[in-house]
Amino acid sequence: MNMMSEAAVEKALDQKMNAVPFKMIGKDVSVYYGEKRALFDVNLNVRENTVTALIGPSGCGKSTFLRTLNRMNDTIDNCRVTGKITLDEEDIYDPAIDVVELRARVGMVFQKPNPFPKSIYENVSYGPKIHGLARSKADFDQIVEQSLQKAGLWNEVKDRLHEPGTGLSGGQQQRLCIARAVAVSPEVILMDEPCSALDPIATAKVEELIHELRTNFTIVIVTHSMQQAARVSQRTAMFHLGNLVEENDTDKMFTNPDDQRTQDYIMGRFG
Amino acid sequence: MNTSLILLLIMIVGFAAYLAGRSRAIATSNGKLSVLHSLPGYHGTYAAICAIIPAVIVLAVWAIAAPAYIDSGLRNALPETVLSQGAATAELALGQVKSVANGLNLLDDAELAALNNGSANLRDVLAAKGVPLAGEGEAYMIKSAAQFNQMTATSRVLMAVVVLLIAAAGAVFALRGISAPFRARNQVERVMLWTLMLASSIAILTTIGIVGSMLSEAIRFFNSVSPASFFFGTVWDPRFAAAGSEATQGQFGLLPLLAGTLYIAFVAMLFAVPIGLFAAIYMSEYARPAVRSIAKPLLEILAGIPTIVYGFFALVTVGPFLRDISAQMNGLITGNYVSFIQAQSVLTAGIVMGIMLIPFVSSLSDDIITQVPRALRDGSLGLGATRSETIKKVVLPAALPGIVGALLLTASRAVGETMIVVLAAGVAARMQLNPFEAMTTVTVKIVNQLTGDLEFNSPQTLVAFALGITLFCITLCLNIYALYIVRKYREQYE
Repeated sequence: MNMMSEAAVEKALDQKMNAVPFKMIGKDVSVYYGEKRALFDVNLNVRENTVTALIGPSGCGKSTFLRTLNRMNDTIDNCRVTGKITLDEEDIYDPAIDVVELRARVGMVFQKPNPFPKSIYENVSYGPKIHGLARSKADFDQIVEQSLQKAGLWNEVKDRLHEPGTGLSGGQQQRLCIARAVAVSPEVILMDEPCSALDPIATAKVEELIHELRTNFTIVIVTHSMQQAARVSQRTAMFHLGNLVEENDTDKMFTNPDDQRTQDYIMGRFG
Repeated sequence: MNTSLILLLIMIVGFAAYLAGRSRAIATSNGKLSVLHSLPGYHGTYAAICAIIPAVIVLAVWAIAAPAYIDSGLRNALPETVLSQGAATAELALGQVKSVANGLNLLDDAELAALNNGSANLRDVLAAKGVPLAGEGEAYMIKSAAQFNQMTATSRVLMAVVVLLIAAAGAVFALRGISAPFRARNQVERVMLWTLMLASSIAILTTIGIVGSMLSEAIRFFNSVSPASFFFGTVWDPRFAAAGSEATQGQFGLLPLLAGTLYIAFVAMLFAVPIGLFAAIYMSEYARPAVRSIAKPLLEILAGIPTIVYGFFALVTVGPFLRDISAQMNGLITGNYVSFIQAQSVLTAGIVMGIMLIPFVSSLSDDIITQVPRALRDGSLGLGATRSETIKKVVLPAALPGIVGALLLTASRAVGETMIVVLAAGVAARMQLNPFEAMTTVTVKIVNQLTGDLEFNSPQTLVAFALGITLFCITLCLNIYALYIVRKYREQYE
């Protein structure tokens, strides 16, 4: 009975997708690496408390777009971004914006698990410490426990919080990285192929986690796996050769896409 | 026929063997190269190797062994009167015989005849040909010298014949062995392996040889001075080894020198480490590629400056500058214009050595910092950390063991540095803590004890080897520890 109602709620939520407000708005976003243009005037909006999946063949610009959302492209030397991206109607490329603060609001999880060579506890408390989110040891303990619980890792590591994070398995490391991102209480979490280095069981756990995180965070995920996009996301955007081909509800995207190229890609005719 | 000509001939034989081997392999294949196990070039190379290597080895052995053999024959042929006067006299006579032999080759028949019947003076005749003789020649020397010349000539001809025969035999052996299934490629590979192994073992054996020779001299030193008074002595006063006065036994205390060495190295590291490390962080984390591509080589040019130039810089510029500025400061404060920094001081040597070490610190640390995976940086930046926070909290801690290793390597350089301290630190062996006064180092004393007209057997000279081996042990320990740390650090990332 309970299960039924949950599914019903989800369905209702999906149907009301168009009513969900935009968290981030990308308008005419273009990215250049030196002379080479990697993105062509992409207009893509991210809805609040929604999982948006970015799909497309390799080199199509989906990771590039993801990285513009928290200005991680700034760390690449000859990268240039034009167009406008807003977070809660604030232009994130405005010179007045503090990049550091932006990245605290828009967190990121990377393709390969990259825990710091520190203890599990220090990995999670790193962000809160930098941003001064806690003072006392008790506060930190609480943040660490909550974040690890949200990342579904607490029960596995609660007895060895002070062992190095690099000693965990690949899947655990990735969930540690998610916990690390969650610990700064971001509004948006960007995930760049978070499961590509993981085995199927670890992948299933991370996907389940993404599903749960949706209630508290807005999530944008880049993935190569169609099934994964279909499983975890409510909205899907298809990129090809630096262009946004189509953006739609995930259900519609995988059953009856508007664009022929999307259809071809999903059917495995190219990519 | 001299050795280089023989070598050239061997090479020609080898090259011919290569060409013959290749064409023979091609002929064997009957136009279908794929039936050969190895490409024709490998068959050719194998033939060349067979021709050259044994011949060159025999040549080398002959060139070393033959003179020794001839010498010993000659020495035994010296008259009883010379031999009975001891080894040194015999050695001297042998040397004279060789000079005479050299000279005889320049004389014509008439002069030779005059020498042989005793009508001409040996020394004068040879001097006229530009061959100086250490003493009046004696009659037996002309005979010995003629014999020596003859034996040398025979040896040379014999050597040429034997070596060239071996080269030819090697080539023939290899050429006869050429067939389609013959694995010339693998054979060549094996020769390559041996060559490479030989090269690396030469480097290692040389090190062992150096240590061995230092050790044997140091042991001679410790026969006359007890190790306890050397290692724990606090006074360095070697005295001069005055001729005939055995009683002037000096004091050889290592501690003042060691204190000076470590103190100066410490001051140098105090200057080099922060500057070098900050430079490395700037280069690896902040500098744009264009800046980096100019600034990094510029910084590394510092490492290419000979240390004697730094020594001049210390002696002529830094030392006097520090002395003068200290006089001014003293004058402004106390009214007494007396410099409290000496021109040659721990501070001068330390600063200049520090400047020399900056590129080592920055270059080594730069390599280690750039080795920290980009993913770690991204992870930290992605959480909203600033660049300097990322460096302080993630990059440097991750790179720390490697950086410590780099600093230890640098420290071992500082301890072993010679020219700067010779010119800038002074020669006074004192134990004190004032950085403004002169102190001296182990390396300075090694230079002092080995330069000048000193009797080689005295402890005053031999102490240099004891100092050398001590210094070697210190730097060796530092290097081993540094390598151990660096290696341990490497294992951290997969």
